[in-house]
Amino acid sequence: MIEFIQQPWSWYFSGFMIFVIMLMLLYWRKSFGFSANLRTICTIAGAGKKTKFFDFDWRTQKWNLLFLVGSVIGGFISSQFLKDPATLKLSVETIADLKQIGFDFNGEMNPAELYSLSALKNPKIILILVCGGLLVGFGTRYAGGCTSGHAISGLSDLQIPSMIAVTGFFIGGLTMTHLIIPFIF
Amino acid sequence: MKTLKYIAAGILFGITMSKSEAISWFRIQEMFRFQSFHMYGIIGTAVCMGIIAVWLIKKFQIKDSTGQQIIFKEKEKSFTRYLIGGTIFGLGWALTGSCPGPMFVNLGYGYLSMLIVIAGSIAGTYIYGLVKDKIPH
Repeated sequence: MIEFIQQPWSWYFSGFMIFVIMLMLLYWRKSFGFSANLRTICTIAGAGKKTKFFDFDWRTQKWNLLFLVGSVIGGFISSQFLKDPATLKLSVETIADLKQIGFDFNGEMNPAELYSLSALKNPKIILILVCGGLLVGFGTRYAGGCTSGHAISGLSDLQIPSMIAVTGFFIGGLTMTHLIIPFIF
Repeated sequence: MKTLKYIAAGILFGITMSKSEAISWFRIQEMFRFQSFHMYGIIGTAVCMGIIAVWLIKKFQIKDSTGQQIIFKEKEKSFTRYLIGGTIFGLGWALTGSCPGPMFVNLGYGYLSMLIVIAGSIAGTYIYGLVKDKIPH
């Protein structure tokens, strides 16, 4: 059993599990949308006193914060107990493309060039991580949802706004990957 | 119990995101370079099954755990906010390799630098709240 879980999961099993999580939340009368937590955190920090957007009863989102806590624990369990000893099977084209812009594929989840603690000695990397986070946080609230809220929940309900948002996700993602990343690294 | 079930669902989410490698910056790069079916397969499977399930839930008026009919909130009609907001989000997603969920899963996985990305995303959300009424929706 443990060995089965330790293998990287196939795309169809992974997709099925995301579907199961969405169904669980629907059954509990909740809507799957992770980025709402970022707004809730602002509210808990007191942002509601000055800005109307954050002035809501954050307790209605308590379940989502618990889900967030669970997701951190899930990541921890995965790296400590369920990690596959083999390296990530990234496509050879991606490995070659990334090498050209200075990223060595290390077989791990994330590149050392961005996410190792020693990379933080370079102020440019800190700036990149902060700016990336700003874009995600600003964009997700502007669009009213992230990958879970729009790409999974919204598309499942065939909602036009989610289709537009996901189109935007790709316009931004393709622009960053092909036009901006080669320029900044 | 109520507390535990949401934490349990989150744990399942964290494990799924990790074991599917959807939290990987490399996988997101591969996706935006169209060099593997992997990420499309994950999202595609979830959405296809989701479409069928939502259709069935509506058709048979399936009830949730509280005994009430499951309803789906219609998102507000607009074009601008979804396209511009989505594009800004996409820029950040490709750069950091993480959307909001995977940021926290990655943190648990051991990538402590994600705290910087998370701080940035909270700040970004806060800035949106400040300028919300001044930008086109």
